[in-house]
Amino acid sequence: MIATPQEFDLIIEPGRSEKNYWNDLWRFRELFLFMAWKDILVRYKQTVIGLAWSIIRPVLTMIVFTVIFGNLAKLPSQGVPYPILVYAAMLPWQFFSTSFSDASNSLITNSNMLTKIYFPRMIIPASTVIVNLVDFLISFAILVVLMFWYSFVPGWNILYLPFFLFLTFILSLSTGLWVAALNVKYRDFKFIVPFVVQFGLYISPVGFSSNVVGKWRLLYSLNPMVGIIDGFRCCILGGKQQQIYLPGMLLSIGMIILIAIFSVFYFRKMEKTFADVI
Amino acid sequence: MSIAIKVEKLSKSYIIKHKGESVNDSLSGVITDKIKGTLQKSKNLIKNRSSPKAKSKEEFWALNDLNFEIKRGERVGIIGHNGAGKSTLLKILSRITEPTTGRISTNGRVASLLEVGTGFHPELSGRENIYLNGAILGMHRSEIKNKFDEIISFSEVGKFLDTPVKRYSSGMYVRLAFAVAAYLESEILIVDEVLSVGDAQFQKKCLGKMQDISSEGERTVLFVSHNMQAITNLCNRAILINKGKIIQDDKASKVIQNYLMFETSKSGFIEWNNEDALGDSTIKLRGIKILDQANNIRNHFFSKSKIRIQLDFEIFKMDDLLVIGFDLTNEDGIVIFRSYHHDSKQDDWPHLKTGNNSIYYEIPAELLREGTYHISPKISLHAIKWIINSDPILSFDIELNHGVSPYWTYYNKSNRPGIISLIAPWKNVE
Repeated sequence: MIATPQEFDLIIEPGRSEKNYWNDLWRFRELFLFMAWKDILVRYKQTVIGLAWSIIRPVLTMIVFTVIFGNLAKLPSQGVPYPILVYAAMLPWQFFSTSFSDASNSLITNSNMLTKIYFPRMIIPASTVIVNLVDFLISFAILVVLMFWYSFVPGWNILYLPFFLFLTFILSLSTGLWVAALNVKYRDFKFIVPFVVQFGLYISPVGFSSNVVGKWRLLYSLNPMVGIIDGFRCCILGGKQQQIYLPGMLLSIGMIILIAIFSVFYFRKMEKTFADVI
Repeated sequence: MSIAIKVEKLSKSYIIKHKGESVNDSLSGVITDKIKGTLQKSKNLIKNRSSPKAKSKEEFWALNDLNFEIKRGERVGIIGHNGAGKSTLLKILSRITEPTTGRISTNGRVASLLEVGTGFHPELSGRENIYLNGAILGMHRSEIKNKFDEIISFSEVGKFLDTPVKRYSSGMYVRLAFAVAAYLESEILIVDEVLSVGDAQFQKKCLGKMQDISSEGERTVLFVSHNMQAITNLCNRAILINKGKIIQDDKASKVIQNYLMFETSKSGFIEWNNEDALGDSTIKLRGIKILDQANNIRNHFFSKSKIRIQLDFEIFKMDDLLVIGFDLTNEDGIVIFRSYHHDSKQDDWPHLKTGNNSIYYEIPAELLREGTYHISPKISLHAIKWIINSDPILSFDIELNHGVSPYWTYYNKSNRPGIISLIAPWKNVE
């Protein structure tokens, strides 16, 4: 009898997972939603004021920054209320920084899943970013309240906001993936990440307008958060003063694309060894 | 019959670093190693020597050239000692880690259950965890919804469904976790030692469920367990693995007998040196001895005499929850009994201290029947975790001589059924 070659659904070989990867990612979309749903449910469990934390953190930081940069240092605000100037930048910064630090720990806190179950590992850091997106939307409501308070009416520019939100999302996800993969192997990143976040707050134009930087502005835009924050300010505050500085913006977007490609590539490369090294 | 799993030339190697070398995987370690390496190279260049081959790293083959096929509907048990490569094989089959070389082809949806309750979140309620865990195991939401009621009734946690699982007793937790897994639908099911949890009654229920699962339809099951009885009951075929290679692949009962006969030490004692002693950072087993009343190591006893099982171990961190004992297994892999050092009343417990300890248990005389018996050491932190949950590793023979009746002596000893041979007098009712 001649054996007919049998069709197999799945072949496991060294290096093979590449081909099924994106299919798998789609197949595991339910797990992704469940993970995000779990993280949202769990996030404020056993806290007294619960969801209010996602409002309190940016509001307090905004107040501090307004007092320090606006009232004490008297930096220019180009005719918009200083709190709104700060808060418009606070939103993407908060989204980025918490996603970045949550994602960096996500693989390690879920290490027992990594060693017991197969699924595309990208799901875990990605779901933490989704959770922070929900937080972002909640704190966005505060912006609306602030606008009412100062009777500030945004222009048509605000319709471009989703684009910049998308950029923030991509930047958060890709840097999160990268540092999460690094953290699996080198726990040093447990110490590096909080430092980067703290440092980043001061080198990004959160407390002040990026016009303050002057002639170094193009170089400054190598920091991708500069482009994002400028974009947010342009959309929310509008007006001539908030005109986008185009070369800087393009440079920032370019940086984001580079980081995204590199991070996904790096994560995919390291992913196969996670279960062995974690 | 069509093939469900086909494994060809499968190998997996790990790089292990030896002691003495700094096992430094942190960033600075990698950086300093690189610098050291370069310095060493340049030094060697100056001294005009070729650089010595680094001996600090060694390849360890967890699996070495495995080849087998499993047909649809077969139920295969995988047995072998701790570290034989069973878990590595399951991990590769479940795609958690990649093979180094070789290839596996599978046909049908694969579900693997290497642990019950993976991904359970303590803050979430029982209900929420069922959905989450189901998704983690690869079930669709609609599937879970359909089976929700069955899962609840199997797990017996009914009224605590909306309580966070962190408030559950460990028994309830395990029951719920197993229940979700039990309703996993797939053509190929890969199961690792998951039945060794929970109380005896629930274990029995789980085993029964496993039997149902594996007998329904054309389902292929791969099953790893230290419970030889479970393997005999569940599987029609078994593969024995040792040091990453297949030793035997045959009918389950045959393989188990062989495993128990040839894989255990017959010298009457085992000693381990530091490197390969079983245990963890709390306790390490140094040796097991089988002794007679005069403290001589023996592997052959008459049933009339008592048998001492001595365990030598070193405790690094004293813990009141430490439980030390062993299983006595007969040649069919049936556990005759398990004994722990704290089975008797508290005053009689042996005293455990940090450092080296030696304690012994005496198997009563006139209890065991003719045959070969095996010892599997069992050490755990009570109700928390296993430290040593070994397969049989030491064996001895019993020759029956305690029959005092002319009808039951050691001349006609083997024609009576039973697991033990206990003699007690019959009396007239007054």
